[in-house]
Amino acid sequence: MDKPRTDAKICGMGHSMKRKEDPRFIRGKGNYVDDIKLPGMLYMDIVRSPYAHARIKKIDTSAALKIPGVLAVIDGPTLEKYKLHWMPTISADTQMVLPIDEVMYQAQEVCAVIATERYLAADGADAVEVEYEPLPVMIDPLKSIAPGAPVLRKDKKGKSDNIAFHWEAGDRDKTEKALAASEVVAEQYVYVPRIHVASMETCGCVADFNTAEGKLTVYMTTQAPHAVRTVFALVAGHVGLSEERIRIVSPDIGGGFGGKVPVYPGYVIAVAASVVIGKPVKWIEDRMENLQADSFARDYHMKVRLGASKDGRMTALSIKTIADHGYTNASANPMKYPAGLFSICTGSYDLKNAFCEVDAVYTHKPPGGVAYRCSFRVTEAVHAIERVTDVLAQKLGMDPAELRMKNFIAPERFPYKSVLGWEYDSGNYPAALNKAMDIVGYEDLRKEQKEKRARGELMGIGICSFTEIVGAGPSKDFDILGIKMFDSAEIRVHPTGKAIARFGTKSQGQGHETTYAQIVAEELGIPASDIQVEEGDTDTAPYGLGTYASRSTPTSGAAASLAARKIRSKAKAIAAHLLECSEADLDWEPGKFFIKGVPDKAKTIQECAFAAYTNMPQGMEPGLEATHYYDPPNLTFPFGSYICVVDIDRGTGEVKVRRFVAVDDCGNIINPMIVDGQIHGGLAQGVGPALYEEISYDEDGNISGGSFLDYYVPTALECPKWETDKTITPSPHHPFGAKGVGESATVGAPPAIANAVVDALSHLGVTHVDIPVTPEKVWALLRKAGAAE
Amino acid sequence: MAKHKINLTVNGAAHEVEVESRLLLVHLIREELRLTGTHIGCDTSHCGVCTVLLDGQPVKSCTLLAVQADGRKLSTVEGLEQGGKLHAIQEGFTEKHALQCGYCTPGMLMTCSALLEKNARPSEQEIRQAISGNLCRCTGYLNIVKAVQHAAEKLHG
Repeated sequence: MDKPRTDAKICGMGHSMKRKEDPRFIRGKGNYVDDIKLPGMLYMDIVRSPYAHARIKKIDTSAALKIPGVLAVIDGPTLEKYKLHWMPTISADTQMVLPIDEVMYQAQEVCAVIATERYLAADGADAVEVEYEPLPVMIDPLKSIAPGAPVLRKDKKGKSDNIAFHWEAGDRDKTEKALAASEVVAEQYVYVPRIHVASMETCGCVADFNTAEGKLTVYMTTQAPHAVRTVFALVAGHVGLSEERIRIVSPDIGGGFGGKVPVYPGYVIAVAASVVIGKPVKWIEDRMENLQADSFARDYHMKVRLGASKDGRMTALSIKTIADHGYTNASANPMKYPAGLFSICTGSYDLKNAFCEVDAVYTHKPPGGVAYRCSFRVTEAVHAIERVTDVLAQKLGMDPAELRMKNFIAPERFPYKSVLGWEYDSGNYPAALNKAMDIVGYEDLRKEQKEKRARGELMGIGICSFTEIVGAGPSKDFDILGIKMFDSAEIRVHPTGKAIARFGTKSQGQGHETTYAQIVAEELGIPASDIQVEEGDTDTAPYGLGTYASRSTPTSGAAASLAARKIRSKAKAIAAHLLECSEADLDWEPGKFFIKGVPDKAKTIQECAFAAYTNMPQGMEPGLEATHYYDPPNLTFPFGSYICVVDIDRGTGEVKVRRFVAVDDCGNIINPMIVDGQIHGGLAQGVGPALYEEISYDEDGNISGGSFLDYYVPTALECPKWETDKTITPSPHHPFGAKGVGESATVGAPPAIANAVVDALSHLGVTHVDIPVTPEKVWALLRKAGAAE
Repeated sequence: MAKHKINLTVNGAAHEVEVESRLLLVHLIREELRLTGTHIGCDTSHCGVCTVLLDGQPVKSCTLLAVQADGRKLSTVEGLEQGGKLHAIQEGFTEKHALQCGYCTPGMLMTCSALLEKNARPSEQEIRQAISGNLCRCTGYLNIVKAVQHAAEKLHG
């Protein structure tokens, strides 16, 4: 779909409609959780462990409780009385809410102070004296997985090692044989480090238990309000919280990126405090708590082997991974896929043999495994295949673009069944790469690089041709804690022809209020400006699994389309009644039904809506509304080709991204402006981990990168002027041919940048550098090659 | 805790408030004055989502004490729109899709409006430099640059 089918007034799909969210945000009238102030509201602050592993010998709260305004200190034993000191993780592991005897990672919650004022709660937290006995710390996952390592999760009866799970896909033996028979094998150890989503708004909540009604309302920063409600009902049913008396409200969210999917202990403690005290309790993390204690992403140690013939035909891929999950497996993955959709690791290439395995390991770090702007481990998979493809190209002495072109799944082979079991719905990989090469001027850049090399200047060109797998997902395979990963839409058309639409997802900046309205406008011809979109309130919205993993358009977007079609179908019967004809005599154009061949004999959708309440055909149920729960038949497979140009300072090792060309294909587009914005933001979140961002720990478990002083989120100065373009290959199974797009750029950008850096240094014998590619790492490589200035 | 009476002008209106010595300016703005457009994003002065103007200069209100605003003119995002008419920078932000989640937006708007006061036609590099103390995790910054250029055009033709 290249051109919009609707006019600018209706503003259906394909229009760059200005966002309906903007008027409140540009006036400072958003409503984020910390903006909520309820009468009598109390404040909570959390005392956190300075140690990565320690026994709690004593918690002395006496000084804290003497502070006027400090009302209570909640610790593990307090919660134990209500059996709320442990909770399940999304991956069905277990996690302490508050500890009874041991802390297992630095910044773990130890106890919480409740006070009448925010500052007094902080004073109270300061005044709590905790006596610790430091215990041995296990930080290195490679040591933790070794036989004989001390067992970390002693709470798990019978546990004799530190493995959270083992998962594999593909045929190990066949792949080993194919690798052994390959003329060339590129082998590379690739580490994708721990990073943090660092959304500009931290996490928090206002828990409000109404003692008179026995009803709990929690305003919280969550990307999945309905799932949270059910989880609260399941884990706190024994203390009287019943699902019909729990209301989760997700207000405006200041960025989520996966970090607002998990249920953190702070939320649970605030809820417990509100239930016990009977007053609203607000808990808002500060930035250091957010970076130090909330779930992390990535942390995959991968040994990657890619076999090929001498002329560059890929033969086999094997990836062996050790995944550092920290203290507990709190990954937000579908139950059947503990390592997420990592088996997309064959990427855009036609590989006949592949095997991948993941061993997830416990360490004394905060829980990891958030799908940070990533459809469940796709980022790690893409980094592995796209990096090793360049290692292979270098080994073969082949241009990396040529090697990719040679191995792409051909456009005519879609739908394509990958050797690791996915059915790629559609794709045209050569078209995207060719377009990116044209835009960037690939041949000229290679010439420029040659000339610069002759002068001793360092310049690199990096390519990434990624395939994503998003939109989880078909209910036969995808669930979280048993709840199937469908999603929903409910549309009500009012008598005057305006409408309200509600969804099971929750925008955190993606612009759903605009794009969902455009989908409904496309189907019904009601102007998008007349359609109000609501999400995030579990008392009013239909049930859904929420927004993450680029799933909103593939699931709730599809549901919007199909719910609207149900409405259109009913409106058609009404139109036939009004025009005194049969439905078969009617044609549709956006906004009206008309008698075939007689365009002025027409009834608008608004007239049909009015009649649905005032003059419906006899026997017809009044009203005009519909709900649809959409269970996708397959995932969608967006793809793209990115080309990055970097310059490297030989004196400092600093990498400067000079150009970044991104050609994306997300099928049919709802709002080109918003898609472009999603790509821009994702690219910046690719630059971050590629060059700057990392959370690491010393051997005692002390965090580095625990504040914005040390965790370097890119600013406007580090981001280049993005050059974006697109190809359009519609999804054949999605109701309007769309695919998810929110995460493509975060997934595709880091390997393009890493490949560009290695490309700049390849003549010095450099074949790999792990991200983040810091000046220090580059300078060390230059120095080793005798090329540092 | 000692209390101090301070006088300040907030978006043109005079205010007299009594504050604790330790009260941060951002908490005065958000909690006492209930102007919640100014947000909080970090505790080390790096993110800039709390940016407001003090006597026309962008400052990070999480790093100033409320008492430091005594006798001064404070401008927040709520004061940008005048007489029902949006400031050109607000228009620029929506026109060029320079915001997504909206959380950094008020601070960004204040920084950009101050830039346009002292530099009618900033270059791309000058814009990037000016907003380099304001983090945005959503937009990748390019559309913010375009929004400032759009506003400069609108204001100065």
